[in-house]
Amino acid sequence: MITVDKVTVGYGTTGFIKAVDEVSLTINDNEILGIAGESGSGKSTLMRAVYGDFSTGLRIQSGTVTGRFEDARTGKVIEAPSSQFAPLWWDQLSYIPQGSMSVLNPLMKIEAQVVDGLPARERQGGSRALRQRIAEFLAGFGLEETVLDAYPHQLSGGMRQRVLVAIAAFVNPRLILADEPTTALDVVVQKKILLMMVEIQRRQRNSLVLVSHDLGVHYQITDRLVIMYQGRIVEQGPTAEVFANPQHDYTKNLIASLPRLHGKRAVEVVGAPA
Amino acid sequence: MTGAPILEVQNLTRAYRKGGLFGGSSFKAVDDVSFTLPAEPQVFSIVGESGSGKTTIARMILRLVEPSEGSIRLLGRPLSGKSSDRIDNTEFRRLVQPIFQNPFEAFSAYLPVEFYLRRTALNLKIARTDAQAVEATDLALKSVGLSYERIRGKYIRQFSGGELQRISVARALIPKPKLIVADEPVSMVDASLRMSIVNLFRQIVEEQGVSFIYITHDLSTAYYLSDQVSIMNTGRVVESGAPTRILDNPTQAYTRELMAAIPTVGQRWGELAEIDRKFGYADTRQKSASTHQTINHNAQCDRRKP
Repeated sequence: MITVDKVTVGYGTTGFIKAVDEVSLTINDNEILGIAGESGSGKSTLMRAVYGDFSTGLRIQSGTVTGRFEDARTGKVIEAPSSQFAPLWWDQLSYIPQGSMSVLNPLMKIEAQVVDGLPARERQGGSRALRQRIAEFLAGFGLEETVLDAYPHQLSGGMRQRVLVAIAAFVNPRLILADEPTTALDVVVQKKILLMMVEIQRRQRNSLVLVSHDLGVHYQITDRLVIMYQGRIVEQGPTAEVFANPQHDYTKNLIASLPRLHGKRAVEVVGAPA
Repeated sequence: MTGAPILEVQNLTRAYRKGGLFGGSSFKAVDDVSFTLPAEPQVFSIVGESGSGKTTIARMILRLVEPSEGSIRLLGRPLSGKSSDRIDNTEFRRLVQPIFQNPFEAFSAYLPVEFYLRRTALNLKIARTDAQAVEATDLALKSVGLSYERIRGKYIRQFSGGELQRISVARALIPKPKLIVADEPVSMVDASLRMSIVNLFRQIVEEQGVSFIYITHDLSTAYYLSDQVSIMNTGRVVESGAPTRILDNPTQAYTRELMAAIPTVGQRWGELAEIDRKFGYADTRQKSASTHQTINHNAQCDRRKP
């Protein structure tokens, strides 16, 4: 699906600030790939480079990101570097950005925003038939048709996020990139959204990349896990393996720092940063 | 007033009107909540989902929102009303300090952060001169593992989220308060730094004798940190008690639901196996581990200082 080969990505037009440092990685067909790491580890930058959104001053300094997409209808295979992905957005690949709570336009009803992003072929049957199809798709995730007539502020944060996930999946893209899709949501809503994302992936047999700093989330839903630290990948492997047998010190640290619900509760006071 | 409970909350209710100018209905964000924080310093956690009313309680304790009914007493004295022993504003702010969710919104981006810390010391009359303010600020910063020298002249964007949240904790400590109300203080902080902040709270309770009201949707940090936990749902307390009692043996269905939603390592959600079955998806986790690799860089990634 996507091959990332020794890519170094950063920002800046005059200088260059490196955010991702010689990273290599493969995104396979039909899998959920998790990317973990703390803020500033380069996970969002890597996502943007894979999505091919260079509008924010993002620059690939060296290495390549290439994608191979097969059009389900025509069977035509498209192979291209990520800088040429823009025509494929919302068709072959969709992106659920960080803080998507606020990416919806407050002045437009949900329906108009959904339709706005769809490729032309989806609109061929006329707007009523399209609405019908969108409503049916939403119903599959327990969302009522009335959300289409709502303005974003009329929906709760969790509801908005579910709508966004549904929009991203509606055109049956081959790759969905989700950047911290459940951060700042409470656990009950988070669980609903994660289950919805897994169901979409299993149904559509596409690839889902999930960026999160929450290792618990990765343990639950990802098939493979990549750990990033300071712009580099320090460890990757099948999720269960990484948890059962972490190799890198940083991964061990991350796993050890997870609070547990049962058992030992004794508080060890960790020293403050020097 | 030695021995008076730090905080007594009795039948606290906050109602909001919903709907038309006439008629409409009333909606209770907080509905008849009572609890007590004893005189001994401790952490009292209020856990609930968004919309459960936990933040409204925090706001009432901080006097940012007036209760519709019920009372709050701090060290035996009423927070509101006309009574003569009512606590005045400066005194209140010396006794009770807030820490909010997003430290980047707690300080302005246009002034160095140490300015706010010095202002806190001066406004609350902890210091009378600038030199004393610097001294009080430095003392507070040292207790969170920073120092005045280290943060001087820096603006918020020059700090990481974890560092800045430590600075908010230091700011709250300047007047040597009795109670800190922390509303989702770690939900914006990375998982790896979250525990260091939570441990810092515990350290402050034990070393400085400050009590905490810890408001969170995260049961696991509440379990780890608290002496008492209250679980809230739709404005009411559904269950409360010692964390080991509640979480090892929850009596309420809602508490169990909340616990089941936590993405715990080591215990996969049952619903996931169902989805896999439904779509005939073989569990890839069972596949060979041969692809598991660690990447060793020439320049070894040094672990961030503990």
